[in-house]
Amino acid sequence: MAAKTLIIDGKEVSAEEGATVLQVARDNGVKLPTLCHLEGVYDVGACRLCLVEIAGTTKLLPACTTKISEGMRITTDSDRLRKYRRMTIELLFAERNHVCAVCVSNGHCELQTLAYSLGMDHVRYDYIFPKWNVDLTHRMFGMDHNRCILCTRCVRVCWHIEGAGTKNVAGRGATSKIISDLNQPWGDSESCTECGKCVMACPTGALFNKGTTTGEMEHDRDKLEFIVNAREKQQWLP
Amino acid sequence: MQLDDLNALVAKHVGARKKIVLRTCMSAGCMSSQADVIKKNLEAEVKAQGLEADVEVRRVGCMGFCGQGPLIGVDGLSAKEKLFEFVKPTDAPAIVGSLKGGACDVQAGNPDHPFFAKQMRIVRANGGIVDPERIEDYLAAGGYQALHQVLTEMQLAGVVEEITKSGLRGRGGAGFLTGLKWGTVAKSAGAKKYVVCNGDEGDPGAFMDRSVLESDPHLVLEGMAIAAYAVGADQGFLYVRAEYPLAIARLQTAIKQAKQLGLLGGGIFESPFNFNVDIRIGAGAFVCGEETALMASVEGKRGTPRPRPPFPAESGLWGCPTLINNVETFANITAIINRGGAWYAGIGTEKSKGTKVFALTGKIRNNGLIEVPMGIPLRQIVEEMGGGAPAGGQIKSVQTGGPSGGCIPAAYLDTPVDYESLTKLGSIMGSGGMVVMDDATNMVEIAKFYMEFCMEESCGKCIPCRTGTAQMFHLLEKITQRRGTARDLAKLEELCDMVRHTSLCGLGQTAPNPVASTLKFFRAEYEALLQPDPHGPRANGSVKTAEAVTP
Repeated sequence: MAAKTLIIDGKEVSAEEGATVLQVARDNGVKLPTLCHLEGVYDVGACRLCLVEIAGTTKLLPACTTKISEGMRITTDSDRLRKYRRMTIELLFAERNHVCAVCVSNGHCELQTLAYSLGMDHVRYDYIFPKWNVDLTHRMFGMDHNRCILCTRCVRVCWHIEGAGTKNVAGRGATSKIISDLNQPWGDSESCTECGKCVMACPTGALFNKGTTTGEMEHDRDKLEFIVNAREKQQWLP
Repeated sequence: MQLDDLNALVAKHVGARKKIVLRTCMSAGCMSSQADVIKKNLEAEVKAQGLEADVEVRRVGCMGFCGQGPLIGVDGLSAKEKLFEFVKPTDAPAIVGSLKGGACDVQAGNPDHPFFAKQMRIVRANGGIVDPERIEDYLAAGGYQALHQVLTEMQLAGVVEEITKSGLRGRGGAGFLTGLKWGTVAKSAGAKKYVVCNGDEGDPGAFMDRSVLESDPHLVLEGMAIAAYAVGADQGFLYVRAEYPLAIARLQTAIKQAKQLGLLGGGIFESPFNFNVDIRIGAGAFVCGEETALMASVEGKRGTPRPRPPFPAESGLWGCPTLINNVETFANITAIINRGGAWYAGIGTEKSKGTKVFALTGKIRNNGLIEVPMGIPLRQIVEEMGGGAPAGGQIKSVQTGGPSGGCIPAAYLDTPVDYESLTKLGSIMGSGGMVVMDDATNMVEIAKFYMEFCMEESCGKCIPCRTGTAQMFHLLEKITQRRGTARDLAKLEELCDMVRHTSLCGLGQTAPNPVASTLKFFRAEYEALLQPDPHGPRANGSVKTAEAVTP
């Protein structure tokens, strides 16, 4: 493989032919926000967060799918790019029902982290508040469509790492939805191997291990009654 | 089959023709008004009136003047062709009677009407003349001669050179140079290559490609075969939307007939060149007209676009070099081969060569399909050929390019119709939809209509298109319902910019065009709907960004 030299944010770097702009950026400590990119599976260029400016083209190009070339001059950070990135994240927050405070992923969510880092202190668009359900039919996992950003990382790991082909996308536009098999309840899926890779891949709280959601916390009301009885009636056995 | 055998077949076919021909339009438009019954009645009436020896009733494709349909053309009766308009099934006795000099009260059309007279027909030359379901008719009109010439007399590079010389640009909308595209595919290394014809016409109000496929399917097949020879492909796919059942049926018939005569399949014209064409039927997604989504669909995958590069010319169907052109582009090829690239380059403007088919619809007197030379002023199309707005109305704007295009205000009607001039006005040439709007049209509603279309047709893959269009539609709805403020308008404009520059494919990148162009020319209509901002004139909705990006 021949080596190529190029310039990222004014810094001259060298890289192997065939590498993507994103790989070269990360190898050289340049931080680029991504959502649909996942190490280990192929890239689809869908989230548009890693768009960069490349001298000589008027179009912004996704770093994850753009191959480097000799002498390429890449700008990964500019007022314009920051503005677009922030707008992208805002649009995502307005699109479905992302309520961090009650989300299983609160504090370790890629969407939330990006919102912080891109300075999204509020959402200027009207929330759409669509009605999405939660699929809890699977024995081990749950899927909350309210938290889904349609990055298709789950679909790609399911097809190309596990090879099960359970997950897919149905519908189009804003009504697109991640489905299991032929749009069946996940629990009825015959192809799912219960490997959990989709849960590992999910950047938000859309896919989760059962038993870990905030909504499933046990309040132990019986214990209150036990304490009161013990104190007032000196009765220690139920 | 050799050319001589083919010519003998044609001579026999032409010899069997009768003196008088009643050409009955059997295109989807006229068919919806019982053209099939009209044809049956005409045939029965010819028999009843004892004219079988002299009169034949021929099924033909679209004559173009769809607003006046069903149409019947009469040849051989007088020096000039006769035309009947608004024909009803019950008119058959009168029409056949008129051939013997009887009285006829069916509305007679004027073949010299500016709607016809100002046209220049290259792509639609056979429309309304040949029977689309009989290959002999196409052969009699000079069909498959270009393919023969290419296979027997021309080098691969020579074909590409001829197309390059013609200056033909892709008729799908973007206007990429066809010769350059062919040359790239021809030079791409690969043992297997494909040719794809994009017949997924989906712009609201556009029906040019449907008409070409229904009226002259062999023209497209021949164009594809020539392209395949030039780029070194042996397999073609015709992608047609499922909403065009008549076009699909006629293409199937055409492919079958061409195969029977050895004009498709193995060893065409007894040369070593093989070319097979298969039809792929779309499943109702507008985005499948985008080339990378179309190819995914042909491969049997979900029809979503992917980033380019790599372009299809380098890596297309199943990773092989693929040539993908629009129906109308392929329909131009035989004329260029027959008459030469230089002849074609003599038509049109400096940068836009040849002719363009438009579907002229909307608030206009004369609706239908027209084919005009590039560079013709919009005014000639709309006022002379189209006859202007119906009584009481005045033309306000002309929409070109469908949901990817824009609205050109009446003040710019003298603009020549070519790729660059339309782009300069914030619209695009597009595939050929031309919707005329009169002064009763609310431009904000129009923008909202197109935005709703884009929102519903977004595939959902990339965020700006999927949810940006939804937010833009929401803002437009707010404004049209008189709930919007100046801040909403600012947000709308900011989203136009963002969606245009960050979307993955052409659908998203051009989705803001109808909004941007109406804002450019009809901003007052938006502002008239705005309400005072309850929060005062402070923050204008501009974006605050973080100091640095630290994911």
